[in-house]
Amino acid sequence: MPAYIAKRLLALIPVLFGLSVIVFLMMALIPGDPASAILGSYATPENVARLNRDLGLDRSLPEQYLIWLGNLFEGDLGRSYSLNRPVLDEVLERFSATLILAGSALLLCSLLGLLAGVVSAVRQYGWADKLITLLVLVGISTPSFWLGLLLILLFAVNSQWFPASGMYAIYGGGDLADLLHHLFLPMLTLSVVATGVIARLTRTAMLEVLRQDYIRTARAKGLSERRVIYHHAFRVALVSVIPVIGIQAGFVMGGAVYIETVFQWPGIGSMLVQAISSRDLLLVQGGVLLVTVAYVLINLLADLAQSLIDPRLRR
Amino acid sequence: MPEQPLLTLREVTRLFGGGRTLLGGRRPQVHALQAVSLELAAGETLGIVGESGCGKSTLARLIVGLDRPTRGHIRLQGDGRPTARRVQYVFQDPVAALNPRKTIRRILEAPLIHLLGMERGARQRRVAELMAAVSLDAQFLDRYPHEFSGGQAQRIGIARALAAEPELMVLDEPVSALDVSMQAQVLNMLDELKQHFGLTYLFISHDLSVVESVSQRVAVMYFGRIVESGPTRELFSHPRHPYTRLLLDSAPVPGKPPLGLDESDAELPDPYNPPPGCAFYPRCPRGGVRCRQERPLLESKSAADSHTAACHFPLETSFGNP
Amino acid sequence: MSRTATANGLAHGRPGLWRLLLNNRLATLGLVLLLLILLLALAAPGLPLADPDLTAPVDRLLPPLSPGHPLGTDALGRDLLARLVWGTRVSLAVGISATLIAALVGSLVGLVAGYAGGRVDMLLMRAIDTVMAFPYILLALVIVAVLGPGLLNALYAIAIVNIPFFARNIRGITLGLSRREFVDAARLSGQSGRQILFGEILPNVLPVIIITISTTVGWMILETAGLSFLGLGAQPPQADLGSMLGEGRKLLFTTPHVSIIPGVMIFVLVMSVNLLGDGVRDLLDPRLKSGALTRPVARTAITHQVPAVTASAAAPRLDVRGLKTEFHMGRQIHRAVGGVDLRLDEGECLGLVGESGSGKSVTALSIMGLVPTPPGRIVAGSARLQGEELFLASDARIRQLRGAAVSHVFQDPLATLHPLYRVGEQLVEAIRAHQPLSRRQAEERAERLLKQVRIANPRRRMHAFPHQLSGGMRQRICIAMALANEVKVMIADEPTTALDVTVQAQILALLRQLRQARDAAILFISHDFSVVSALCERVAVMYAGKIVESGRTDAILSAPAHPYSQLLLQCVPVLGDPGRRLAAIPGQPPRLHALPTGCAFAPRCPRAEADCRHLSIALRPLAGGRWVRCLHPLLEEHGSA
Repeated sequence: MPAYIAKRLLALIPVLFGLSVIVFLMMALIPGDPASAILGSYATPENVARLNRDLGLDRSLPEQYLIWLGNLFEGDLGRSYSLNRPVLDEVLERFSATLILAGSALLLCSLLGLLAGVVSAVRQYGWADKLITLLVLVGISTPSFWLGLLLILLFAVNSQWFPASGMYAIYGGGDLADLLHHLFLPMLTLSVVATGVIARLTRTAMLEVLRQDYIRTARAKGLSERRVIYHHAFRVALVSVIPVIGIQAGFVMGGAVYIETVFQWPGIGSMLVQAISSRDLLLVQGGVLLVTVAYVLINLLADLAQSLIDPRLRR
Repeated sequence: MPEQPLLTLREVTRLFGGGRTLLGGRRPQVHALQAVSLELAAGETLGIVGESGCGKSTLARLIVGLDRPTRGHIRLQGDGRPTARRVQYVFQDPVAALNPRKTIRRILEAPLIHLLGMERGARQRRVAELMAAVSLDAQFLDRYPHEFSGGQAQRIGIARALAAEPELMVLDEPVSALDVSMQAQVLNMLDELKQHFGLTYLFISHDLSVVESVSQRVAVMYFGRIVESGPTRELFSHPRHPYTRLLLDSAPVPGKPPLGLDESDAELPDPYNPPPGCAFYPRCPRGGVRCRQERPLLESKSAADSHTAACHFPLETSFGNP
Repeated sequence: MSRTATANGLAHGRPGLWRLLLNNRLATLGLVLLLLILLLALAAPGLPLADPDLTAPVDRLLPPLSPGHPLGTDALGRDLLARLVWGTRVSLAVGISATLIAALVGSLVGLVAGYAGGRVDMLLMRAIDTVMAFPYILLALVIVAVLGPGLLNALYAIAIVNIPFFARNIRGITLGLSRREFVDAARLSGQSGRQILFGEILPNVLPVIIITISTTVGWMILETAGLSFLGLGAQPPQADLGSMLGEGRKLLFTTPHVSIIPGVMIFVLVMSVNLLGDGVRDLLDPRLKSGALTRPVARTAITHQVPAVTASAAAPRLDVRGLKTEFHMGRQIHRAVGGVDLRLDEGECLGLVGESGSGKSVTALSIMGLVPTPPGRIVAGSARLQGEELFLASDARIRQLRGAAVSHVFQDPLATLHPLYRVGEQLVEAIRAHQPLSRRQAEERAERLLKQVRIANPRRRMHAFPHQLSGGMRQRICIAMALANEVKVMIADEPTTALDVTVQAQILALLRQLRQARDAAILFISHDFSVVSALCERVAVMYAGKIVESGRTDAILSAPAHPYSQLLLQCVPVLGDPGRRLAAIPGQPPRLHALPTGCAFAPRCPRAEADCRHLSIALRPLAGGRWVRCLHPLLEEHGSA
């Protein structure tokens, strides 16, 4: 296993390299004078001069990349001109809020999705299966940003059970209970689609596994149906669902862009939208880089979890 | 040999994998086929026997040109490398060898168009002839493969192979995927076609009784090498390699109890790291120190003898079938 | 289970597809909704709608059902209905174009990568992986950030981020297909790489492309709406559904209808697309067609009234009478087993011989209810284990007997062992399911069992996973598992078919030794007469779901009574007798959903006469305890053999 982990970590290097190139090129490919484009409405002569110096914009592209990469390793992601502070500081501050929201949503959708998928498969064509299938269909067809608005209307405006926006109450609050109170609606909204996708794939995976010869063997051994389903079938199904959960992590982190905007959650998603609107491209670059690296790491974890369950993958 | 053989293989080796990874590490290399030499005279049927993993399918793919040897060369009588025009292939799984989305007519016409460049009218006549040759009704021509049973599908596969008017047909386990009652149909048909079209067969099978019944000469393969070869009758009645002996003893015969001679649960050697000596040594009842260190060469007892075996301590006693 | 029983399920002809799709009620609903929306969107210029961009500050924020404005107006007094229809048009156009671009580019990348393999594949897929390393929507944001907000840029962004889905999907399928034999066959037919890729592979990939399109269109419409919602897609005054929703959001607390209405439209649109998409997927997915996605229940359904047991003193080990098992597939009923009687005494080994589709495996699996339901069901007969009626036993009782009194060994030991558990664990589990032993005790017992099946170094082997063992070793483990508890009847279903000859001989020898050591009765199923004769003193020959002949193995081998048995013996070459002309059996095996009346073998039988084709024929006794189901057997009834 340690050798396998080392191998996976090594395999990460080209992916991270590719990512850094894309994120870097994102700036370089902007048409026109890059410094003024990056700076947008903040393109004062001083700022332009400073940026040209920082990024070496007068040099060749590979040189620029190396300078950029060097800065990156020193923790220098440039400076946000709209906020007038280092990108890294802003991004890290925002990232924790996104992590709380996306992490809890991912947890919720994994648990609910797996549960619904298994129940749906075990009770195939029963009322539970039909209900879950319908809910899944509705879930994956609902625009999450609209669902968020509806939930705000229902539970924050009309019944006032939950706050409509923010992460903590402005006066008082600040403790865990307050956070959870604020977290509930956005987390729920964010997890709906992913829950549907995971439930659907779990169902298919379970149904496929339940047809396999080794399930027949388990039954021929005289094992209880509960053991056949949860011990023998679910474990194999999990192997194919785990990468889907990994991919859903990406959808959840991306979807946070909408949900954070709708619920005014102070995370990296809402920051990105604002940054794009004000064309603060260095801030966009920093935010995207951080979220993407986090996503890559989550997928690495999913990979390792998968090989932990399935010995055939540890090669 | 008075005449030049139709097919000649010289020291053909095929390795899979190998090379280097992106980071410069060596990739593992599988020795699928090692220094195989054989000759096949026109009009003859050569049987290749061996168990799974012995390299017999790799050999077949090399001969028909679906794959290239890593070392050594394969020559057809006259000019060099085998071409689809002269060498054709019949697949083990007859249904998988037919594209599910094409009609039988289109499948049979493909070699006529691409290999023979036939005109439309000639094609139609030829397709009908082919169907007749494998005793299938021409009304099946516009159907799709899934409408046929395994036995029928294999006949279509044979018809397609015949379409190119080849000299040599490589038959790779042509009846293993078929039901028992269909096997005889196909085997008998292959025999008739051979007489009629003057074909040469390379017949690959794991089933000794099938090989015995169709071939004039047999080569036994183990772990990527030919370990014994000779005229069928001679080889089956007087096997000289202990592996051939084991195969013959293991083959089920109606009314004969299993012998279960091979009690060792030794497996095939690691193909990534073949042993220096005889690959059969771990399972061999006769093996000595020499077998572990030195690879036996394929040799005959005398120059005139075409029965060869790769064994340091070949069996001398006769093995008679009751 | 035999492969042929399920292979010819549904015929896929072009004209049938539409009808099948319309049979799916939800898909039809989706289709109708989608057509309505499409029609509305296409007809928008001709409809008597207000100008969607005409502002009227006086009429701002009118509620729905206001005169002249059925859905009300927005903050600038623009008619919501008109904006909705025009917005739908834009959303549809963008969503569908994005899908088509992604499908075209992605499929092409996937096809080329999967077919070319090697370095081309590696480079293309590395690029795709890198794109996929970005969280989906984030990448779209990046692209819009670079290109600048705008509907067309949003379209490109959505298309680009979806290319990897198509590419990966299609590459996987293409890779699998290009290793298939028919591609090699095409190559040997002289076709070029391009002809093979587009003429042979593409037609087989097309259904997957269509499935992927139909399941992603809805998603892409949502994503385009999302970008517009954030203000990065459609720019005013142009509006799509997403930007309408985004504009309405600011007025959520005061006039919610402005944002709810476009939201409902997006929902209905995407829902209809998804309903239709699911229907298309169900139609084209081969797994659904073959029934590979229906869950088999724990025990085969028994649909008939099973006669109660009358206790008898000397009940045989296993007594099967009149067993009939069917598979219900669509409207077809496959009669896999059509009335089988079997009797097994203590210590006896009975061989069941037949070709694929003869019903031999289904017979064996029916006894302990292991035939998958759906589609299988037992419709007649009884099966008694030492006098106890198995078809009347409770599920709990059957569980108690499975793996203990009655154990199974199946054909392919790699597929029948659980891939994720060590073989030792699987053995221990089998033991502890029936014996109250501690884990340690069970482990010791497992080790002893492995020794019994002649596995060297059993303690170390217990820690191996199935994929780390050879085929012979795996089958030994399966046999050990079948012996784990006090077994009375062992059912071995083609246990040596997947093995090499030398390994087969080892396993057969092992089974013989084990038989002598124990008194278990064995039901041994095989297609190979010679394998059966190595082990069984009695044999029953099956054809088309019925036993056609039974008796002592040596007697049948030397003088078969049924013409089918005779041909079965004569159509295989026998080692040491190569000169013999093989007796081919003409014709094809019968189709189980359309069995002929009378003898099922009659159409292929050289001795068949008119009476064979309409009479139903019973098993009749011959001398020497033999039975035959034939009107014109090769031996005289009751006479001397």
